[in-house]
Amino acid sequence: MGRKILLGKINIPGIKTYEVYRQNGGYASVEKAFKMTPDEVTEEVKTSGLRGRGGAGFPVGMKWSFIDKKSGNPRHLVCNADESEPGTFKDRYLMEYIPHLLIEGMITSSYALGANLSYIYIRGEYMWVYKTLERAIKEAYAAGWLGKNIQGSGYDLDLHVHCGAGAYICGEETALIESLEGKRGNPRLKPPFPAVKGLWQNPTVVNNVESIASVPWIVLNTGTEYAKIGIERSTGTKLISASGHIKKPGVYEIELGVSVEEFINSDEYCGGMIDDRPLKALVPGGSSVPILPAHLIYKTAAGNDRLMTYESLSDGGFATGSMLGSGGFIVYNDTTCIVRNTWNFSRFYHHESCGQCTPCREGTGWLEKVLHRIENGHGREEDIELLLSIQSKIEGNTICPLGDAASWPVAAAIRHFREEFEYHIRFPEKIKNRDHFVHEPFEKVRHLIKKETV
Amino acid sequence: MKVTIDGQSVEVEPGTTILQAARMIGGESVPPAMCYYSKLKGTGGKCRCCLVEVSKGSEADPRPMPKLMASCVTGCMDGMEVNSKNSDRVTEARKAVTEFLLINHPLDCPVCDQAGECNLQDLSFEHGKPETRFIEEKRTFEPENIGDKIQLHMNRCILCQRCVQVAEQLTDDRVHGVLNRGDHAQISTCVSAAIDNEFSGNMIDVCPVGALTDKTFRFKSRVWFNKPFNAHRECTTPGCCGKTTLWMFGNEIQRVTGRKDQYGEVEDFICNTCRFDKKEVSDWTIEGPKKFDKDSVINQNNYTRKTEKVVINTEENILQGREEDRKKISMAAIPLKNNDSK
Repeated sequence: MGRKILLGKINIPGIKTYEVYRQNGGYASVEKAFKMTPDEVTEEVKTSGLRGRGGAGFPVGMKWSFIDKKSGNPRHLVCNADESEPGTFKDRYLMEYIPHLLIEGMITSSYALGANLSYIYIRGEYMWVYKTLERAIKEAYAAGWLGKNIQGSGYDLDLHVHCGAGAYICGEETALIESLEGKRGNPRLKPPFPAVKGLWQNPTVVNNVESIASVPWIVLNTGTEYAKIGIERSTGTKLISASGHIKKPGVYEIELGVSVEEFINSDEYCGGMIDDRPLKALVPGGSSVPILPAHLIYKTAAGNDRLMTYESLSDGGFATGSMLGSGGFIVYNDTTCIVRNTWNFSRFYHHESCGQCTPCREGTGWLEKVLHRIENGHGREEDIELLLSIQSKIEGNTICPLGDAASWPVAAAIRHFREEFEYHIRFPEKIKNRDHFVHEPFEKVRHLIKKETV
Repeated sequence: MKVTIDGQSVEVEPGTTILQAARMIGGESVPPAMCYYSKLKGTGGKCRCCLVEVSKGSEADPRPMPKLMASCVTGCMDGMEVNSKNSDRVTEARKAVTEFLLINHPLDCPVCDQAGECNLQDLSFEHGKPETRFIEEKRTFEPENIGDKIQLHMNRCILCQRCVQVAEQLTDDRVHGVLNRGDHAQISTCVSAAIDNEFSGNMIDVCPVGALTDKTFRFKSRVWFNKPFNAHRECTTPGCCGKTTLWMFGNEIQRVTGRKDQYGEVEDFICNTCRFDKKEVSDWTIEGPKKFDKDSVINQNNYTRKTEKVVINTEENILQGREEDRKKISMAAIPLKNNDSK
C-alpha cells in the first residue's frame, strides 16, 4: 500500500468543508510556514525534488528560485487548473473533493514566493468545480486564512479563481497569463519568461494544481522526508488518471517507482485488463506523449522493468520510450484501432491550435485530414511518409509546445504501428464499418500485409 | 556587441534582434519575414519564416540553442554566431513553413491585385516547390465586406496580424481583430462593420499578401504595368507624412501607396485622404521614378533573365484526340438548371 500524500484524507466525510478539513490537520502547513522565512520554504521544496506535475516535469523549487525578486515589482503565483489534456482528470478530482488542500498549498506557496495576489485559473468546463473552489475560498477568507494580515503574521494574500472559456491552449503558461489578463489566449514569445515578466509584466510563477497541493505536506514533513519517497530524481507521489480498457479506471495516487505491470494488474490500482483481453498499447502520460506498443510497456528496450517514474518511462528516448507527462494513463486492448485513436488525438489538436504560428495552424489541420482519409479508407501508400514528413516539420518550429504535442503521437503511432496504417490503406473494404479489430483483432489479419517476395 | 551571421560579422547595439543585424549586413543572409514589420511594435514571431540556427549563444554562454529561433524576436548577444543561409536545417524549416503557408492559400495570383509585389510569391519563388502534396479541399471563408475602400480576401490571408497592429497603433479605435482559432482563425470585424478610419488604409500596405487590397484599384491593372513615381504633397492630416508612391498609367494615377523599402516596409504611414482621394496629378509634386531592385518584376516590366521552358507533366499523347483520353480532359456533364436553359 503506497503512501497517500494528496488523497489520504479524501474519504473523510465532509472534507470539502472548512471545519472538517481544519479538524483533520488542515492549514497546519501555513502555520508552520509563517514561522519560517519564505526562502526556507523554497529551500524545503527544492530539497524535496518535487517536479512539476503538469507534464514537463520541471523541478518546482528551481522554478520558484528563478522568480525575479530584485525588480521590486509585485509577484504573482498562478495555479494552472486548466487541465484539458485528453486522458487527464486528476486535478479535477483533487479540487472537487478536497478544495482546501489546494488553497492551503496556494497560501504556503504564495508566502514562499512573496506573492500577495494569486490566481487559480480553472478551465471553463469545470464550472461546478469552480463553484466548489469559490465556496472554499469564501470559507478560508472567513476563517482568516486569506485577506489582510493572515492569522496575525503580517502577510497579506488575495486569492481569486478565474474561469477560462474552454481552450486547451490556455493551459500553456504564457497563454494562460494572456487569458488571465483578459486577452485572447495566445502563447507569448519567450524570452522573457514569466518568472521575469509574466502576469501584467510582473514576475509570475505558474504551477500545476497537483504540484501546489503537494507543497503543504512538504512543508509539514520537510523536503527530506518527501525526497525519500520515490526513486532517484522522481520523488514523491503522483496522481495518475487511469482510463481505457482496465477493470477499475479512476484517479490513483502512486509512489513514483511502482512498476507499470503492477499498476495495471494489481487490485490496488487498475485491476487488470477488462474482459481479460490482451494489452495492445499504452499512452502513459496524456494524449501528447508517444504511444507504447505492448512489448515496450512492461519492459524497456534494454530489458529492465518499466517503472512509473519520469526516467523509466522516457527510457530509450522517443524510439522506444515515452513520457510520464501529466499522468493521463490510457490503456488499450486488442480491439482498439490505433489509426482511429491517432486521428482522434490529431482532431483534438487541430481543433485546439490557437492559429498564431504557421506550422501548427496549418500542419495540425493537414495531419488531421490525412489521418481522417486513411481511417476512412481513402488513404494512399505515400500518406504514411507524408504524415511523418508533416509532423517532423511542425516539431520544434512552433512558438509553444502544442505543435510538438500534436506531432509526437502521430510519429509514435507510425513508428510502432505502421502495419496498421498499411492495413487501412490496402484493405479499405475491411475497415469501412468501423468495427475492424473488434471481432478480428489485428494479430489475426497481420499476415495480410506481410511483405512477400515471389 | 559583435554578431556573426553566416560568417559575416557586424557590430550592433544591445537590444538589436538577429533579423535587424542581418539587414544591416544585407545580401542573401537576410531571413525572409512575413509577419515582422519594423515600423510596428509587437509584430513578429508568428510566421516562422525567419527561423535561424544559433550555433553559439554568446561569448559568455557558447552553447548552441537547441531549437531554431525566430530571428525577428530573438535579441543578439555579444559573440553570437548565427547560421541563416548556411544551414541546411534552416533551409528545410523555411521550405516547410512555405509549404504550410501555401497549402490553404488559394494560389489565385492571376487574379490577385497583390501579384508582383507579394511577399508570399517571393517566398515561394525562393523556397517553394513546384508541386503540392496537399490533396484535400482548401479551407475557405465567407466573403466579408469591410467598407468601400479596402477589400478583404480572407482566403489569401496568412494571419501575420500586421493589420491588427496597424489598427492598434495608428488608429484611435480598433474594430477588427482575429476571430476563431486554429486554421479557422480569421481577420474580421465581428459585426461586419466598415473599417473607417483616417489611417486604416495602411492595412493594405502592411499586408504581405493579397488579403487586404485597395478597392479603388481593384482589377484596374497588374502592378508591373504601372509606372511608379515618388511624390509628395502638403498633407494637413496630423500624423501623415504626405510622401507616397504614385502608380501611374499614362497620366492617370491608378493607385497611391506608402513608399516601400527593399523589404516591402513603408518608410512612413500615410492617411486615407492621400491614398484614396487625391488621384489628380495636380494634387502631387512628383519627385521622380521610384527605384526598385534590379530583379523586381515591377522595375523590369520584362524578363531579362533566361527563362526555362515550362514543362507540364501530363500524359503523353493526351491531346491527340484519342477516345480513351476524351473523358479525362473533358468536364463531367453538368445538367443545366431549368431556368438556365434558355
